[in-house]
Amino acid sequence: MAEARSLRAAPPVRPEFEIKPGEAAHIGDAARPLSAWERISNDTTVRRIFILVVLAIAWELYARWIKNPLMFPSFLDMSEALYDNFVRGPLIDRTLTTIKVLLLGYAAGIAIAAVFTTIAVSTRVGTDLLSTLTAMFNPLPAIALLPLALLWFGLGIPSLIFVIIHSVLWAVALNTHTGFMAVSETQRMAGQNYGLRGIRYVMQILIPAAFPSILAGLKIGWAFAWRTLIAAELVFGVSSRSGGLGWFIFENRQQLETANVFAGLTTVIIIGLLVESVIFRTLETHTVRKWGMQR
Amino acid sequence: MDANGTDSARPLLEVDGVTLQYKTREHLVTATYRVSFKVWPSDRFVLLGPSGCGKSTLLKGVAGFMQPVEGTMRLNGRGIERPGPDRMMVFQEFDQLLPWKTVRQNVMFPMLVSGRFARAEAEERALAYIDKVNLTKFGDAFPHTLSGGMKQRVAIARAMAMEPDILLMDEPFAALDALTRRKMQEELLQLWEDTKFTVLFVTHSIEEAIIVGSRILVLSPHPGQVKAELNAGDFDHAAQGGAEFQALHQRIHNMLFAERIEQDRVAAHG
Repeated sequence: MAEARSLRAAPPVRPEFEIKPGEAAHIGDAARPLSAWERISNDTTVRRIFILVVLAIAWELYARWIKNPLMFPSFLDMSEALYDNFVRGPLIDRTLTTIKVLLLGYAAGIAIAAVFTTIAVSTRVGTDLLSTLTAMFNPLPAIALLPLALLWFGLGIPSLIFVIIHSVLWAVALNTHTGFMAVSETQRMAGQNYGLRGIRYVMQILIPAAFPSILAGLKIGWAFAWRTLIAAELVFGVSSRSGGLGWFIFENRQQLETANVFAGLTTVIIIGLLVESVIFRTLETHTVRKWGMQR
Repeated sequence: MDANGTDSARPLLEVDGVTLQYKTREHLVTATYRVSFKVWPSDRFVLLGPSGCGKSTLLKGVAGFMQPVEGTMRLNGRGIERPGPDRMMVFQEFDQLLPWKTVRQNVMFPMLVSGRFARAEAEERALAYIDKVNLTKFGDAFPHTLSGGMKQRVAIARAMAMEPDILLMDEPFAALDALTRRKMQEELLQLWEDTKFTVLFVTHSIEEAIIVGSRILVLSPHPGQVKAELNAGDFDHAAQGGAEFQALHQRIHNMLFAERIEQDRVAAHG
């Protein structure tokens, strides 16, 4: 070992030097504005719209190729049906009915989740209660509760709201609670140091600090609620005189108005996309992204 | 008696025979055992010791986050029962700033929630203290856009703007790089020259203790017990190479590591 090391030559002795920072002008500007194309292709919205356009073209071409409007109407047929049903048909009413029920259920779900989370953060038994209930009910699809809901509340909006609450409650409560638990010890101590206690401490420290998790819970809850509601309407929209979107889809399938079925499904997708990419994204940009709590 | 109602002829903070314990999942740990010291107004009082000597726990006790199992802690003659804005704390961690508030809002926040200052006055004071820590340009920036040193400056401005009876600093510069740390120590001393605040400063660095402190409490580990209380004199970074500084450094060093040398010797001979 010692021999091997001594075989290696010592590094040469080199002279020392100091340099003054010179002119760097010859490599161009330190910062240069991006070209128009670079800026456009950096915009997520532009890229997503591009994908949507490609998908629509593929759909149209495929539908024209198989030529079976009863099974698979083309994109243009669907667009026409969508337009007709919005302007002349019942689609607006149907959509509004659905959204009204959805908002009621969503709000009720969040309110109950807030109560559960409050109990969970204030006592240890509450924490156990919430985790046990969540573990039990979170895997239970809301639709599976529908027969029971019908039995208890009869046909109509109360049953729908019951299943929506079930689908929103556990996701929101679980995420909010996880968020509260993850608030760093330093931030907690800083808040207490200012003399904050009780509800002021929760409102001014815990909720904003846990906001990324709370927002994630709200998004998941929204997606669950939306899916549950459309599915529930498909199952028993028959009963309510003013049915929702799910009922619209079901009704048109019975009448083999396939283009209308596609129009109904597209409405479901568009509303989902709008809420996700407009409402929630705006909320994110103005909160967690601005605060650097999420990229 | 001065304007704040503090009497400079009497200690500001009296810690008397304090034993602090905390629970981990498996153990009940005694962090400090019968520690006593007194902090006088305008002291730069340093708690110095190796890790495990309970210096941070002691600071948490003074902040009111922990109750002693034995002994008393009094601030201005009143027992410490819970956290409060009369003892502002500066933590080591950078996430002590609230990420959803700008620098200015962060500095204003404790002044507003404690109800001590009206909004206009809080704003004015916030701007003045942000200026004092040389962050005037960053008043409207969010914390995530700042460097570590800048975040600690904001935390110091936030604590000082409250004009607390005592400033509690828990290794505030430990997570900074060496150059920034040195600059921050100088700035802290400069701020002290301006307002002569009282600070209780925790560190594990002998050098930092001598430079920052005017009086040093040396603690031994497992559990933390008082080993000595020394006058740190007036050393700044320039005095670091000097003989007096080195002598004090060596003296504290020996104090902290004497036990280990003793143990090593026993082990070697045993």
